[in-house]
Amino acid sequence: MKRAISIIILALFALLGISPIIFLAAGAFMGNQEIMDAIGPVLQTHHGNASWKLLPKFPTMKNLVQLLLDTPEFFQMFWNSVKITGGILAGQFLFGTPAAWGLARYSFRGKKVIYLIYITMMMMPFQVTMLSEYLVLDQMHLLDTSASIILPGIFSTFSVFIIYRFFCGIPEEILEAARIDGAGELQIFFRIGIPLGAAGIISALVLSFLECWNMIEQPMTFLATKSLWPLSLFLPKVDSSNAGVSLCASLIALLPAVLVFLAGQDYFEQGIASSAVKE
Amino acid sequence: MAKGKKMGWVFVLPSFCGVLVFYLIPFGDVVRRSFLNAVGNGFAGLENYRQVLGNQAFRLAAGNTARFVLVCLPLLLTLSLGVAVLLQNLARKSLLKSAYLVPLAIPAASVVLLWNVVFDNAGLLNGLLSLFHLEGKNWMETDAAFGVLVFSYIWKNLGYDMILWLAGLQGISKSIYEAARVDGAGTWKCFLYITLPNLRTVAFTIVILSFLNSFKVFREAYLVAGSYPQERIYLLQHVFNNWFSELSVDKMAAGSVLLCMVLLLFVLMLQRSWDQE
Repeated sequence: MKRAISIIILALFALLGISPIIFLAAGAFMGNQEIMDAIGPVLQTHHGNASWKLLPKFPTMKNLVQLLLDTPEFFQMFWNSVKITGGILAGQFLFGTPAAWGLARYSFRGKKVIYLIYITMMMMPFQVTMLSEYLVLDQMHLLDTSASIILPGIFSTFSVFIIYRFFCGIPEEILEAARIDGAGELQIFFRIGIPLGAAGIISALVLSFLECWNMIEQPMTFLATKSLWPLSLFLPKVDSSNAGVSLCASLIALLPAVLVFLAGQDYFEQGIASSAVKE
Repeated sequence: MAKGKKMGWVFVLPSFCGVLVFYLIPFGDVVRRSFLNAVGNGFAGLENYRQVLGNQAFRLAAGNTARFVLVCLPLLLTLSLGVAVLLQNLARKSLLKSAYLVPLAIPAASVVLLWNVVFDNAGLLNGLLSLFHLEGKNWMETDAAFGVLVFSYIWKNLGYDMILWLAGLQGISKSIYEAARVDGAGTWKCFLYITLPNLRTVAFTIVILSFLNSFKVFREAYLVAGSYPQERIYLLQHVFNNWFSELSVDKMAAGSVLLCMVLLLFVLMLQRSWDQE
C-alpha cells in the first residue's frame, strides 16, 4: 500500500516533467484546425476554456513537410545553434581538459587563487559578467558575430570544474608508476589522464551541450542580426495560420537536446553528482 | 602531487589566458567604471552605488528576488529530497529518473508555449479548476504570476537536486539501517535519526548550489513575460537587462559589482563545505 502511494506520487511528478514533450509531440502532428479548436480560447479566437488531446484525431505530416520546405529561417537558426554549440564544445575540450589536469594533479604557486577564481566564475549568473563581456567584445569588434558567443563560451569554467573533480579521483600511484617507467608529463596526461578521466570529460561535454543548446541571454545581448540567432531564441508564434508548423518547429528544436540527454544520461548524472560529492 | 612546479602552469595557462582576456580584465574595468560618473571620465566615489541602492526598480527587484529564493529553496529542497528517498528504494528507477531530469534538457522556448496554454485566463488550468467549480485566475497578470515562476523553477530543477540528494544518500552505509531495523526502528525513525543527520554536510552544498542556480529562472520569466513582466516577478535580472538596453553603464557597473560581492560570499561558503567533505 505504502509502496503503491509512493509510486503514484513519483509517477505524477514524472508526468509533469515530460508534459511539454507530450504536448508538442501531439501538436506537431495536428492540423491547424484541430489545434485552434483546442487552444483557440487562449488566443481569444474561441470561447470557453482551452483543452488538449494526448493524440491527434486526424494525424498529419503537413506541418513537418511545410517546415522542411517553406521555412529557410528555421534551418538557418538550426545551423547557427550547431555552429555555436560545436565551437564551444570543441574549445572547452581543447582548453578546459588540460586546465583541469593542471589544477587536479600539480601543485604550483597561485593554484589556490586560480581554483577560487574558476569556481567563482562558474557560479556567477550572466548578469554579473554581461557588461564586462560586452565591453571586451566591443573592443575586439566581435559584437554581432558568432564569435561573440563562442569565444567567451569556450572559457566558461564550469566544464573545467567537472573534469577537475574526475581527474582528482585518479590514484596518484598510477602516475608515479608511469613516471618510474620514464613517461614524460605530457605523455602521462595523454595516455593516462585522458583515458581514465574520459567519463568526466564526457560528463562536462554533455552538460555543456545542454547549456549551449538552450542559451538565451548571451545571443539576445550580443547578436543584433537575427540571421545569426540560434534556435534557442526561436519563439514560436502561434496563430490560426501557422499553429501546426510552430509546434512542429518547437518539437524539432528540443529533439537534439533530448536525444543528447538520453544518450548521455549516465554521464549527465555523474556530472551533476560530482559537484555534491567527491568521486 | 607531482613536483614539476612549472608543469602545472603549462597545463593551466592557455585556459587562464582566455579567462583573463574575456572575464577578469574586463571585470576589473567594470569595477573601475563603477566609481566613475556616467560619462566615464570623472571620479564619482560611491555615488553610483548610492544611486543603485536607492533606485526603485532595483529595490523592487531585489525584494522580489529575495522572496523568490526564500520561497523556492525550501520547497525545492524538501520536494527533491522526498523524491530521492522514495526513488532510492525502488528497483527499476531509471525511467522515472529520466522523466525528472528531462526538463533540464528542454529549451525554455518550448516550455513557454505550453505554459501559456496552461496558465492563460482561458487556459487548461482554469478549465480544470472549473470542473471542480473552483474559480480560476488570470495567472500571468496577477500576483499569481509569482506562483507560476516558482512552479517553473521547481519543474526545471527537481531532477537536478534529486541527483544531488541521491549522491548523498548513496554515501550512507546500509549497515547502519540494518542495525537500526534489528533494534526495531521503523521507516520514519530511520529517516529522522539516520538519513537526515548523515546528509548534513552534503545538504549545505546542495543548498548553496541551488541558490546559485536559482538565478537561471530568469530565462523562463523573460520568455513568458518579456522585459516588463507583472510586478511580482520583476527580478534583478530584469533590472540589469533594462539598464543594459538603456546603456546606463554607471548603474550597471555598480550593480554588477554589488551582485558579485553577494554571490562571492556564497561561493566562499560553498568552497568551505566542499573542503569539509
